[in-house]
Amino acid sequence: MSSASDQSPQTGDAETQAEAHISVRNLDMAYGDFLIQRDLNFTIRRGEIFIIMGGSGCGKSTLLKHLVGLMEPARGEVFYGSVDFWKASAVDQLRIKRQFGILYQSGALWSSMTLAENVGLPLGEFTDLEPAEIRRIASLKMALVGLAGFEDFYPSEISGGMRKRAGLARAMALDPDILFCDEPSAGLDPISSRLLDDLILQLRDSLGATIVIVTHELASIFAIADDSIFLDADTKTMIAHGDPRVLRDHSSDPKVRNFLLRGELGAQAATEVGGAAAG
Amino acid sequence: MAVDAYRDGAQIALGRLASGDISLRLTGDWRLRSGLPTPASFQELLRSQDRLQRLVVDASGLHHWDSGLLAFLVGVREACRARNVDFDAGDLPAGARRLLTLATAVPERQGARRSSAAHGFLTLVGDETVKLWRSFGGMLEFLGQATESFGKLIVFRARFRRSDFVEVVYECGAAALPIVTLISFLVGLILAFVGAIQLQQFGAQIYVADLVGVAMAREMGALMTAIIMAGRTGAAFAAQLGTMQVNEEIDALSTFGLSPMEFLVLPRMLALILMMPLLCLYADFMGILGGAVVGVGMLGLSVTQYVNETIHGVGLVDFAVGIVKSSVFGVLVALSGCMRGIQSGRSASAVGQAATSAVVTAIVLIIVTDGFFAVLTNVLGI
Ligand SMILES: Nc1ncnc2c1ncn2[C@@H]1O[C@H](COP(=O)(O)OP(=O)(O)OP(=O)(O)O)[C@@H](O)[C@H]1O
Ligand SMILES: [Mg+2]
Repeated sequence: MSSASDQSPQTGDAETQAEAHISVRNLDMAYGDFLIQRDLNFTIRRGEIFIIMGGSGCGKSTLLKHLVGLMEPARGEVFYGSVDFWKASAVDQLRIKRQFGILYQSGALWSSMTLAENVGLPLGEFTDLEPAEIRRIASLKMALVGLAGFEDFYPSEISGGMRKRAGLARAMALDPDILFCDEPSAGLDPISSRLLDDLILQLRDSLGATIVIVTHELASIFAIADDSIFLDADTKTMIAHGDPRVLRDHSSDPKVRNFLLRGELGAQAATEVGGAAAG
Repeated sequence: MAVDAYRDGAQIALGRLASGDISLRLTGDWRLRSGLPTPASFQELLRSQDRLQRLVVDASGLHHWDSGLLAFLVGVREACRARNVDFDAGDLPAGARRLLTLATAVPERQGARRSSAAHGFLTLVGDETVKLWRSFGGMLEFLGQATESFGKLIVFRARFRRSDFVEVVYECGAAALPIVTLISFLVGLILAFVGAIQLQQFGAQIYVADLVGVAMAREMGALMTAIIMAGRTGAAFAAQLGTMQVNEEIDALSTFGLSPMEFLVLPRMLALILMMPLLCLYADFMGILGGAVVGVGMLGLSVTQYVNETIHGVGLVDFAVGIVKSSVFGVLVALSGCMRGIQSGRSASAVGQAATSAVVTAIVLIIVTDGFFAVLTNVLGI
């Protein structure tokens, strides 16, 4: 199923053979001629929490753009169920997109609308609910992310972390099938970030949503991940694939272990290098 | 050995150690502000050494230092590596040594550095041509999408927020009145002055009313409002949509399955198409008022005379021509503003460029179309 160089023994067959929700095959990503990542192959199963990891600038946000149909692959395919997104008709593409909820790295709230309008807009467009009902649901979603009472604020009037949470409330507005989050806990205090993890777990357990998260937050990764991939900027491809807990302890790639151990190996390595330079 | 003196502070010199290695002696103050030797000057020194194996830094004469020293040493280390010479940090202060390690701890990312090689003339011409061709393609694509969403509007299937529409209508209607009042009043006044000087010579000053009325109704009313709106509203559209592009707001719309065309472009286009004829009509009357002020105040005509002459001289057809033109100009202003905004890059300067080119595109299109209308009305004899 995967051509990743680092296959930990537990992944692949031991996991339940859940239905594949998103499959990425031989994906190359590039901005013009500037290649970001190549040969990505992985499958996200229905109802799992899938983590995309990697150093800053390795292409995680770019990968997410490919998964949500905003960027066309330079090569390779992205399948939803059995449908190849970029070969599907416009109608099918739209149908697939409507199952998504997306939290952008920057929040990407619509700046001319209040928070309640931001959360309520998808409800208004895709359901037949009354405005009062929409408002009630919007308030509920905002309360879930800890923003009760901020309904009539504009995005420019709240803090960065609050924008992130409002973005998450909007992404959850239509109870999406697949929730994509780009660094949901960046800029949040430890408690809020912990609450967010709980919320994501709840969403998965109660709604059965598939959740794809880009994050560096190790505590979250170990708390909630079912599966993960690790992108590397130097080799420009994924260098590990599997349960992050297993990767941390058993990965053959020091880069991956180092990342998952918060750079402790790296700190040692750096002192060795420093010693060499000094000697 | 060779000693090379630089300005007051930092100095470098090469010496030979007892072990036979070459030492790089750093003396004086090595600070950014007091000027530093360049790595090139070091390479100059290095060139005089052959069979060099190992370079040891001798920092015993070093006084104060800051990152200037590091920048120099990084250069030195590069030069050593290029010549296969061992670099030994010697008795460099511990702080400097740590920073030096840090500066090279993360190797440069392969392929990340942009090549800045100068391009030949032909390459530049080729690049520009390709870009022009692409932008033409982009324009056609945008036009097609705009037309499609207009079609959806007609069959009541377009999705956009009514409140957005109302706000844009206010923005490009009522909010534009003061500037339109001022400009068109003054244009009427100027036309009357220019006409008066000529017509007074023949004692035909009464025809100033006809001149101003016809010129405003057929030409200047539509043209001036269009140019005002291009500068005011077209630029605003481009900046709004461009900023939305930067903030990924447009991505957020389209991933929700909402078309930015219907959601953002359509209400803006619709508002301008509706408001431009009204503004144009208003500008016509303001211009005529400006003319009347000159006619009555300077040429000694009575108000009744002026009004009667205007009613007699300016037909409904003249107004109609102006109003039709202004609707078309409305489309042009809205299209170029929205197009440049949607196609804007994702940076602050790109939004600035989008606003500028929205205005330029709109004005060019307006003038060209106006010329086209002039020929057309002439041929049709309207
Ligand atoms: N619009 C663009 N045009 C060209 N290159 C881009 C563009 N956007 C991003 N890149 C490049 O793509 C690479 C990956 O960017 P991306 O935003 O996906 O990184 P990331 O992994 O999300 O990093 P972070 O953790 O810092 O958010 C970067 O090296 C960047 O230089
Ligand atoms: Mg990112």
